[in-house]
Amino acid sequence: MHGSTRPVFLNLLQIRLPVAGVLSIAHRVSGVLLFLALPLLIGLLELALSGEAGFARVAALLHGVGGWTARFLLSWALLHHLLAGVRYLLIDADLGVQAPLYRQSAWAVLAGAPLLALLLAGGLG
Amino acid sequence: MTARRLAGFRAWLWQRATAVYVGLFAIYLLGRLATAPFESAAGLRRWLSGTTVWVAFGLFVVAVLLHAWIGVRDVILDYVKPPALRLALLAAVMLFLAGNGLWLAAILMEVR
Repeated sequence: MHGSTRPVFLNLLQIRLPVAGVLSIAHRVSGVLLFLALPLLIGLLELALSGEAGFARVAALLHGVGGWTARFLLSWALLHHLLAGVRYLLIDADLGVQAPLYRQSAWAVLAGAPLLALLLAGGLG
Repeated sequence: MTARRLAGFRAWLWQRATAVYVGLFAIYLLGRLATAPFESAAGLRRWLSGTTVWVAFGLFVVAVLLHAWIGVRDVILDYVKPPALRLALLAAVMLFLAGNGLWLAAILMEVR
């Protein structure tokens, strides 16, 4: 970019990103979120394994507003990353590369992940 | 240039190979949690210490660490340009992943 006189316009609030671009950014955001959550998840696993008191403590932590929010957010991150990842693998295999399909599948993942996360966060009690 | 391109292609390939394993294990894990949630610490311990799950979980940990390293490294290389900051962040990510890996290894050794 150095020395170039081409106009650069990177205002993220005004760029109209195609849906596949939104999906790509969300793929990275969800990946980084899962990466940052590693110590939290490992800590919960260790606590739940530590004995029945620790297990009950984890169950209590996962309930409540904070627990539900964390569960929903991480469920979304996992499901989005998983579904978008499957979509990328299919596109790598030349499946669903064509014009309407790649856009429809991007919409399906963007909408499907939070819905499934809601189901998961609600269902895992 | 050839070596660098090869390194990039190898990372791309590892990213996908680990993705397939991590994805399959995640689906199994979600299915297990949805159909038969753990009721007690003893039950969780019994599940994790069984040979098949123990080995599969160990592989899952290795695959997740590798997958996360390649992914987060790509994000840093894309957005962080100053070499010193980039190096510091990459080192921090590596330490973070190594720490989490050792922690999980300790848990796996303990339940066995």
